[in-house]
Amino acid sequence: MKTVSETTKRVHAQPWQQPDEQGWFGSYGGQFVPETLMPALAELEAAYREAREDSAFQERLAYLLRTYVGRPTPVTFARRLSEQLGGARIYLKREDLAHSGAHKINNALGQALLAQRMGKRRIVAETGAGQHGVATATACALLGLESVVYMGTVDVARQRPNVFRMRLLGTTVHPVDAGSKTLKDAINEAIRDWVTNVRTTYYLLGSALGPHPYPMMVRDFQSVIGREARQQMLDQVGRLPDTLIACVGGGSNAIGLFSAFIDDEDVRLIGVEAGGLGISAGQHAARFADPVRGRLGVLHGTKSYVLQTQDGQIALTHSISAGLDYASIGPEHALLREIGRASYTYATDAEALAGFQMLSELEGIIPALESAHAVAHAIKLAPQMSSDQIILVNLSGRGDKDLGTVLQALGETEHDLIV
Amino acid sequence: MNRKGVERIKIAFGQARAAGRAAFMPYYVVGYPNLASSIDILQTLAQSGADLIEVGVPFSDPVADGPTNQIAAQMALKNGISLADVLEAVHKLRRRAIDIPMVLMGYYNPFLAYGIEALCRDAAAAGIDGIIIPDLPPDVRDGQAMINYCREHGLAFVPLLAPTSTEKRIRIVVQAATGFVYLVSVTGITGARDQLPADLATFVTRVRQFTDMPLAVGFGIATPAHAAQVAQIADGVVVGSALVKLAREEQAVTRIRELATALAGSMRLPLHHTT
Repeated sequence: MKTVSETTKRVHAQPWQQPDEQGWFGSYGGQFVPETLMPALAELEAAYREAREDSAFQERLAYLLRTYVGRPTPVTFARRLSEQLGGARIYLKREDLAHSGAHKINNALGQALLAQRMGKRRIVAETGAGQHGVATATACALLGLESVVYMGTVDVARQRPNVFRMRLLGTTVHPVDAGSKTLKDAINEAIRDWVTNVRTTYYLLGSALGPHPYPMMVRDFQSVIGREARQQMLDQVGRLPDTLIACVGGGSNAIGLFSAFIDDEDVRLIGVEAGGLGISAGQHAARFADPVRGRLGVLHGTKSYVLQTQDGQIALTHSISAGLDYASIGPEHALLREIGRASYTYATDAEALAGFQMLSELEGIIPALESAHAVAHAIKLAPQMSSDQIILVNLSGRGDKDLGTVLQALGETEHDLIV
Repeated sequence: MNRKGVERIKIAFGQARAAGRAAFMPYYVVGYPNLASSIDILQTLAQSGADLIEVGVPFSDPVADGPTNQIAAQMALKNGISLADVLEAVHKLRRRAIDIPMVLMGYYNPFLAYGIEALCRDAAAAGIDGIIIPDLPPDVRDGQAMINYCREHGLAFVPLLAPTSTEKRIRIVVQAATGFVYLVSVTGITGARDQLPADLATFVTRVRQFTDMPLAVGFGIATPAHAAQVAQIADGVVVGSALVKLAREEQAVTRIRELATALAGSMRLPLHHTT
């Protein structure tokens, strides 16, 4: 086993400092938005940089994360899962235990506080799985802000419990019936709302996507996951993990975990995209895995890898998990992949379902279908590793919202579980 | 032979001004309701008093557009329209002796996928005179590259300003512009509206302080009455959704011709502006 001093040694002479002042992570990122929004982005960036340096703001955020969200979330050793797989020891960072059921609250609360500080009383947000919508609704209820959430009608149907939650929390949910009727279209509509109401409205983007400063800001608010996890591994196990695994839709839970370990070069970072029905079938959301359709492009204000047609039209995506069902990926992931610091793979719908079931049965933890993609990759990887090695999986959310989807999927394959 | 690119645009604004009018600048998307009809509609617009035409390139995720243009783009894509088809349509119009300026208007990703250098080359060859990209601010890295390629091929790079634009943004944007500057009349998305925004004149005046370049105003202008008001304060008036909306009605071409003719007729400037 490696010693603490070895594994905590920071290898880089210079710490990871991204993005640059124009919001570029290497050749990814930037600000590709209608001119109407450019002043708003400048205002947002200035406000955020100020808040970041303001100890009163940071203390208030830390206080709420502790007393309201329930942070720090624990790191759990998945003993039975590890034994069953017979390889590396698997630990879980339990973002599923954060208030409102996923890591999304870390960012929603941070940005809602920022909106309040900027004097914006109306919040718009998009949601895919509904976890960011619920987190936004929660933060807005807590702070007394008006909130409007856009959600594709396909997602409304498959994540119904979260729609009810948002409404109970006092949010207006606008179903979006355009395009693929999923996250991409919800973001389109949220941007249109923001363009129209930009003077009074704050756009609370939920992933490490979008125009600068969002990818930076969302990462910073999610970096609490990585900071906690790093310390918890040192405290509980006495060393850092060998491998981190996180699912990647836009990539906020992954970048939140990775960000604290980027300079620990011995720690392998793996992002898991949604493989859907398989890459060759064309029905997936694996931006990095599809060499034909996954190309450099611009979607929703940022330059990154985008699933698209030959003509640059945004491709329709598929995943069993609404939160990963998106055609682009956060720009910082594109850079981490380009320089080889992180690697990206995918898990199919079927593999995610198997991971969902296995974690439920062996650990008593029902993961979100998004997180089940990360679990699925751990299931593949652990047997290839030795028992003195450690995998840390970001369990980004809990699976209550997915019960309907999972039962339906299992019913179709087993013919005896139709609800 | 007409001059091309930035020159052709300059001439068009100059001629309109000399005739005591603001320039009438209709927008229409290629491929809606189908390719052949859209080319006919563009020709109709050119022959109904348009001084410059904005040729729309369909995109799957048009975040600056309202329902009318969204639906039109969706249908155009369903019809399989690509950027190459749009350029081919422009070429066809040039062969039909349409010699007013044509400016390509579309979102950045299809241009990026085509290759921005190749786009500028092929667009110029097809008879395009300028490019408008609503989601590409001129000071973003890619905006700089696009400006350079436009210059290389003699095309105008037409950036946008909005009522929210600060003095700092206005300075940056007008500096980058060639041909004209596109002023988005409303804080919002495209689509016909019942009335013009109250602060439009103030906005135009604010921009006018920083440039002598022609200022075209678009978004939400739907009727000849609107257009007449805007013509009092701007050098060009863009009408899009109100025309696009007519494309699926009966007698579409006739109705588009009538509206375009009425719009073109409403472009007269106040007396003291005429030469």
